Amino acid sequence: MFIDVVKNRYIYIAISVIVILIGICFMVFNSITGKGAFNYDVQFIGGTSIEADLGQTFDNDEITQIVIDSTGDQAPQVQKIGDGTSVAIKTQKLEDDTRTALSDALVEKYGITEDSISVQEVSATLSKEMQKNALISVVLACVAMLIYVSIRFREFKTGASCIIALISDSLVVICTYAVFRVPMDSAFIAAVLTVLGYSINSSVVIFDRIRENKKTLGRTNYRDLVNHSVNQTFRRSIFTSATVFFTVICLYIFGVQSVKEFALPIAVGVVAGAYSSVFISANCWYILCTASKKK
Amino acid sequence: MKGKNALILLLIIAVICILCAVAYFGIGHKPAATDEATDGLAQQIEVVTNENGEVVTNEAGELETRIVDVETTTSDETTTTAESADSSTGLKTHDGYGSVFNIKQGLDLKGGVYIVYQAEKENPTDDEMAAAISMIQKRLDMNNWTEAECSREGVDKIRVEIPGVEDAESAVNEIGATAKLTFQDEDGNVLVDGANVTNATKQTDGSQIVVALEFDSTGRQAFADATSNNIGKVLYIMMDDTIISAPTVNTAITNGQAMITGNFTNEEAGELADMIRAGSLPFNLSVAEFNNVGARLGADSLSTTLFAGAIGVAAVFIFMLLVYRVAGFAADLALIIYTAIDLIIMSLFGVTLTLPGIAGVVLSIGMAVDANVLIFERVREELGEGKSIKNAFHNGFSRAMPAIIDSNVTTIIASAVLLWYGSGSVKGFAQTLIIGVILSMFTAIFVTRLIVEALIGVGIKNPKLYGAK
Repeated sequence: MFIDVVKNRYIYIAISVIVILIGICFMVFNSITGKGAFNYDVQFIGGTSIEADLGQTFDNDEITQIVIDSTGDQAPQVQKIGDGTSVAIKTQKLEDDTRTALSDALVEKYGITEDSISVQEVSATLSKEMQKNALISVVLACVAMLIYVSIRFREFKTGASCIIALISDSLVVICTYAVFRVPMDSAFIAAVLTVLGYSINSSVVIFDRIRENKKTLGRTNYRDLVNHSVNQTFRRSIFTSATVFFTVICLYIFGVQSVKEFALPIAVGVVAGAYSSVFISANCWYILCTASKKK
Repeated sequence: MKGKNALILLLIIAVICILCAVAYFGIGHKPAATDEATDGLAQQIEVVTNENGEVVTNEAGELETRIVDVETTTSDETTTTAESADSSTGLKTHDGYGSVFNIKQGLDLKGGVYIVYQAEKENPTDDEMAAAISMIQKRLDMNNWTEAECSREGVDKIRVEIPGVEDAESAVNEIGATAKLTFQDEDGNVLVDGANVTNATKQTDGSQIVVALEFDSTGRQAFADATSNNIGKVLYIMMDDTIISAPTVNTAITNGQAMITGNFTNEEAGELADMIRAGSLPFNLSVAEFNNVGARLGADSLSTTLFAGAIGVAAVFIFMLLVYRVAGFAADLALIIYTAIDLIIMSLFGVTLTLPGIAGVVLSIGMAVDANVLIFERVREELGEGKSIKNAFHNGFSRAMPAIIDSNVTTIIASAVLLWYGSGSVKGFAQTLIIGVILSMFTAIFVTRLIVEALIGVGIKNPKLYGAK
């Protein structure tokens, strides 16, 4: 089996672009319909979030009424999580006594104890900082990797190609958050950076092969360099992504809510990363090299 | 030759057994921290209920004031903490150094409260922040939250984590209080400010243990005025809104020396002195983030996540065996060694395990085989070119090396950024990932190589057994 990666390069790039566009459509559609582009967690927009294991099935409207009665927040978000006996409630930032009133009401109504309730509260200033940090850290990581890869391969084009693949990966992860309405919290940064750090591995391995193959195939034989290197490393790219995908998908299937929310974007990102490394980064390098040669 | 390699294999199996035993049981015994905590709480209740104090001057070494009032303002709060501390004991069954049971669990796993305070001051200096942190640390100690941790976050924030506490409201209030020591008259007028107290020490006065106060010149004057104007009346010594002591003034005290007495034990007097010395916070603190995790929810998370992780790792083991046969077996042995060392390191170095942290460990196991896959694929190519098993592995290891190093460095770059910018549980994820990546480079390269070469040495040489076509 030999895949002519270079031949179909524009098709591969188009597939990536289409996937990302679908995600952007979801964001636009959701924000037009008033749900917001993302399902922001309180860590990102401020407010109070309460998670409780009620140990029984319940009616969302009933909970909503309890929240309205005890806090006065007219538009709380109530959501079933886990196996359907747990609830996640999001409200605007509550005062100490209203928060206590709400947990007391839940304790009384469902006969649970305080240790089944988790509360999180974030102020608006902190959440702004969180948004800023998320952006800075992704940009910083990309720049640091660009520098490292450029130095290691003594070629800026390699670094740039890796970064293009990385940007498409992070966009896919972000789209996952939008499409599946995964709550966007501090773990979001972790998910994006993990995917970035992992996805670049495969690109680096491919470029390492290209560097090695230059000795036998010639420095400017770009088409063969890319095709051979990608094919020689193909099994490796698939297998290592598969092992990571196994572990992450197990976390997704068996894990608790917060781990699920974290595992899903990483699982999607690992697949996207494998795809972008194999089909995008080397092709970008090919396009960059042939373009500069023509000039 | 065969004998030597067989010996190496035996040694490796012995090492695996030892590492697993250490990871499970640990070495030696750590003193159990939980018992201390409960003792401390019992003591604390005693402090609070014995809050009838008195002030004496030591001019003639005589008692000059009398007990006036009994105040038990905070006893309700302390009993709640006592209860929750009991339930936080957790699943510690093996308490040796390096045991997995000794890995510090984050609040999302064992339940508790974390609070991020923000200084209500633009650009506080490092000194001010350090003072505020040491102050909060003292208050945490005073509440006997010995496992609590307090650290600076960003420029103007302080993160406080208190495991095992469920009454979050009282925790928030007690820690974030400004802790201003004042001397007030019966009408609540502040007569002397705690800022004028230059020193507070625990002393013995006859058979009694007391806290002696020293004032600066302003304080000395103010205290003299306060006592001379209030003879026969009660003088309240307040910490924020809590009465620590409420003695009646019998005579004017002009030498600026005062003592707070009560039925203090040695420690209690020391704590009170610390608290007064620590003084007030350099600025007000507002609660920027607040998170309270129920203990039961945390325990559920731990067990299900561990289960999920175990399944994922098992899948990786089977995958490696199926694809790379004998070489996969070697990689699996190396993975066991890696996992054991990883857990021991986390236990020894006090890395806090959070939910994302477990995900980090599991993820790093998935990534650990990456280096092996790289090497084995290289070996497979070499075997395809008709090289001998020995040469194929020799070349495979050396040729895969640059790619392994480059790819791991990039992962480390991403985790380092995360460690720098992330907070709380995300930091835990970055920590476990960095440890995992560095360690896995070592086990995947050196340990696997050792095992594979020993296996070849004992005579397992059929290329098919190593995943060749």
